[in-house]
Amino acid sequence: MSILVFCENIEGTFKKNTLEAITYGRKLAEQTQSPLAAVVNGSPDVEVLKTYGIGKAYLLEGSNTGDSASLAKGIAGVCSKVDASTVILTYNSTGKSIAGQLGILCGAGVVNSVNALPSSLEPFQVSQSVFAGKAEAVVEVPGEKKVLGLQSNSIKIEEAPVDTIDTEIVTSDGGSRVEVIRQDKISGGVPLPEAELVVSGGRGFKGPENWNILEDLAGVLGAATACSRPVSDSDWRPHHEHVGQTGITIRPNLYIAIGISGAIQHLGGVNNSKTIVVINKDPEAPFFKAADYGVVGDLFDVVPRLTEAVKKYKGA
Amino acid sequence: MNILVCIARAVETTAKISFTDNDTRFDDTGVQYIMNPYDEWYSLVRALELKEKEGGEVHVVCVGDSSSEQVIRKALAIGADKAFRIDLEPKTADETAFQLAEFAKSGNYDIIFTGKETVDYNSGLVPPMLSALLDWPFVGIVSDLEYENGEATLSREIEGGVEIVKASLPLVLSATKDLAEQRIPNMRGIMMAKRKPLEVVEAKETAPKVNFVGFSKPEKDTEITYVDPENMDELVRLLSEEAKVI
Ligand SMILES: Cc1cc2nc3c(=O)[nH]c(=O)nc-3n(C[C@H](O)[C@H](O)[C@H](O)COP(=O)(O)OP(=O)(O)OC[C@H]3O[C@@H](n4cnc5c(N)ncnc54)[C@H](O)[C@@H]3O)c2cc1C
Ligand SMILES: Nc1ncnc2c1ncn2[C@@H]1O[C@H](COP(=O)(O)O)[C@@H](O)[C@H]1O
Repeated sequence: MSILVFCENIEGTFKKNTLEAITYGRKLAEQTQSPLAAVVNGSPDVEVLKTYGIGKAYLLEGSNTGDSASLAKGIAGVCSKVDASTVILTYNSTGKSIAGQLGILCGAGVVNSVNALPSSLEPFQVSQSVFAGKAEAVVEVPGEKKVLGLQSNSIKIEEAPVDTIDTEIVTSDGGSRVEVIRQDKISGGVPLPEAELVVSGGRGFKGPENWNILEDLAGVLGAATACSRPVSDSDWRPHHEHVGQTGITIRPNLYIAIGISGAIQHLGGVNNSKTIVVINKDPEAPFFKAADYGVVGDLFDVVPRLTEAVKKYKGA
Repeated sequence: MNILVCIARAVETTAKISFTDNDTRFDDTGVQYIMNPYDEWYSLVRALELKEKEGGEVHVVCVGDSSSEQVIRKALAIGADKAFRIDLEPKTADETAFQLAEFAKSGNYDIIFTGKETVDYNSGLVPPMLSALLDWPFVGIVSDLEYENGEATLSREIEGGVEIVKASLPLVLSATKDLAEQRIPNMRGIMMAKRKPLEVVEAKETAPKVNFVGFSKPEKDTEITYVDPENMDELVRLLSEEAKVI
């Protein structure tokens, strides 16, 4: 029984969350003394996978990447070929669409938004975030087959180089009931779900015209930008930046919340961040209760000052 | 066009989260339940708009015991034509998806609408599982849907953007924000909902593939350090030397 990692690649590069999934898979393979293999879509340079411990990669051919059913079928084919006990996927928009389908196709138990290595192997138990990050559940998978969707920033990427990588092409009958017309990518910037540093703004900014204050800070830090829901509801910022219970859940190393009150639905999406900084002019803002560092002050003064301080620090 | 909308009951988003029975069960004493917002605000409303344009009927289905009838009535009040309740307290996504798939097979549906995820357990697994059980195409996290000449054009979320896809019917999709504008049920809708059919369907036998064995709340020491707003150099120092995050 082997451990299989789905190595999603975007335009030929393996993103951070894929490397996290590989690290997770490698550790699980060590713990269970199982062989490790990767399944790869598209045509990336798989040589880089050697650095992270992948010695065997199956290249999916014929699956239509825009059609999650086709990808799930391709991966399921590899699963039965390598007799996979566990498949690891990233819990992002691609993985979210595939994990459930794969579970059905392989007859596996599926756990999504997994946030740590299993707490027990016999029986297999692993923890998952629930209630938008406000709690964790321990989920047991009694059967032999498992599909795990790994949340970003849940494991630290580790290198574990191997000398060679053996590749094998697997052709699957993609079918294509879903056909991609085009992609509209948001250019530039750090993608929010995998960002380690995030600067986020709320209604305290008063309007979209003031967002440059936040972007300047994010720029000097190399951080991704996020926002509260009313901000995206008012179209000050795009919807994909909205974090919280009805937006996305993130767990960066640093979350700087500026002009955000800290409503429970907002906190749900961010309270697993390692360090939280809150900048708010209202000392009673509920967000301070969840913060590690607090600055009580007017964001229009404080943030430019912070940006300057970061510049100075980076320059030093 | 025959449309099926899967609606879930979810824990209201401001509810206090606590567990009982030795932390093995969510404590819902005094907790309010709502229709899962993705189902109510976006999925159901877009389904109704589609029916208004193409004709046909919108059915809603919920896997749940009698306590979910309140959210089912709300869906009828918003405008669904007919409701089905599969009589089972859902425990896992695979079990729920199985019940929904068995039910959908008995109908003649062109599109099944679901929500991106439930706001409580956040699994997002039911929609893709349902599509795989039916062997129908799946388009997840959809923010726009146009339908013309038997073909659907959808915008779906991808990493760092959106992708526009065309899909053939029948189809399972999961809705996210922007797919439609929330509709508030009016008095007439609420009155009519009382007379609309709500059929109870018996659940089929199935064995879940996962089980929830315990819950915990992440411990976080939230000892806060306040920094003088005039002294941002100090904040930078703390972030680099103490928190070691920059
Ligand atoms: C079902 C449901 C789901 C929801 N899901 C989400 C979600 O996913 N994400 C989310 O964010 N919200 C969500 N909400 C909304 C949430 O309840 C709050 O309304 C929202 O988070 C508030 O946004 P805000 O903090 O930006 O605005 P406000 O609450 O208006 O807070 C603005 C803050 O800015 C501060 N401020 C103002 N001016 C300044 C200044 N010059 N300098 C410094 N500080 C200043 C104020 O003191 C205040 O604390 C949801 C609500 C519901 C009912
Ligand atoms: N008990 C249920 N009854 C009907 N539909 C459900 C149920 N649970 C989940 N769903 C559907 O699946 C979607 C995603 O839920 P989940 O996979 O549980 O996060 C929901 O938005 C509903 O459309």
